[in-house]
Amino acid sequence: MAVKDYIRERFFPHMWCAGCGHGIVLNGLIRAVEKLGIDKSAIVMVSGIGCSSRIAGYLDFHTLHTLHGRALAFATGVKLSKPELNVIVPMGDGDALAIGGNHFIHAARRNINITAIVMNNRIYGMTGGQCSPLSGYGTLASTAPYTNVDQSFDVVQLASAAGATFVARSTGFHVQQMTEIIQEAILHNGFSVVEVMSQCPTYFGRRNRQGDAVDMLKYMQKITTPIGSKAKEQNPELIERGVFVRKELPEYCSAYDTVIRRAKEGK
Amino acid sequence: MGKRKLKELQINREWCKGCGICAAFCAKKVLEMDELDKAVPVRTEDCVVCRLCEMRCPDLAIEIVAEEQIEEEDIG
Repeated sequence: MAVKDYIRERFFPHMWCAGCGHGIVLNGLIRAVEKLGIDKSAIVMVSGIGCSSRIAGYLDFHTLHTLHGRALAFATGVKLSKPELNVIVPMGDGDALAIGGNHFIHAARRNINITAIVMNNRIYGMTGGQCSPLSGYGTLASTAPYTNVDQSFDVVQLASAAGATFVARSTGFHVQQMTEIIQEAILHNGFSVVEVMSQCPTYFGRRNRQGDAVDMLKYMQKITTPIGSKAKEQNPELIERGVFVRKELPEYCSAYDTVIRRAKEGK
Repeated sequence: MGKRKLKELQINREWCKGCGICAAFCAKKVLEMDELDKAVPVRTEDCVVCRLCEMRCPDLAIEIVAEEQIEEEDIG
């Protein structure tokens, strides 16, 4: 099928700004689904609130646009009631890690078979560029005009420590890798977290003098490196990308089925 | 697999927001931005059908139609 078969064309052109990295994530996600050949009606996209969450509205799957930060809670309900469906949750960094921080770590701990895509643009774009949990020390935001002094989370470390069984990172520049990782994350039987570094030229880029979308993508190319590369040894500041965690643990829905069976048998 | 050849490079001008990502990263400089800040193919004969412009377009405004059927894994 062509890309247009996966979208709700009536909502295009989309509402994201020129050069927004979220559009690249949308593009990569469609290609991942296309390559896997999953039926559109076998996918449920559950999103929260924010620029990132608008992605659900543009895709012609089953979609739920829910509460800020609570998409994973809704997704858990969907997955438990219909475990045969593929549940994908696109989230922004603020949606996933500030407002929805608890939902995020507990979904990871349960290892429920959901694919969480954290579209990390380091800012709250929709509401005017406030700093987010991933803005990082020393950055500028509308709520941090004299620099932000909060340290940021490392999504990969956080998800790994919380128990996610598939954890990966890519960027909007590395589209082929991003598509491959999303494919693997969807296929993984357990909680998958994919962080995609996404550029926000309108708020983060402009305020932090990172230039336009092209400059921001070049910057992502410069500051990232494949996991375990020589470059990382020489320059520990580089951000690694690739698959960090890939392991098998009991999946929540199947484990819960066992509990139901035991309860019915009364032992 | 034969040599990849471009049949058509379609730009949806209604959807293109003029970010310039496609033109900036095209290794063969096939695309340029016009006076309205919309992407236009100018050197289609140089296109090697890597499809990176199509994949990186945040607006889903680019569609590459290749002359030959390409193996799935080569599309990238």
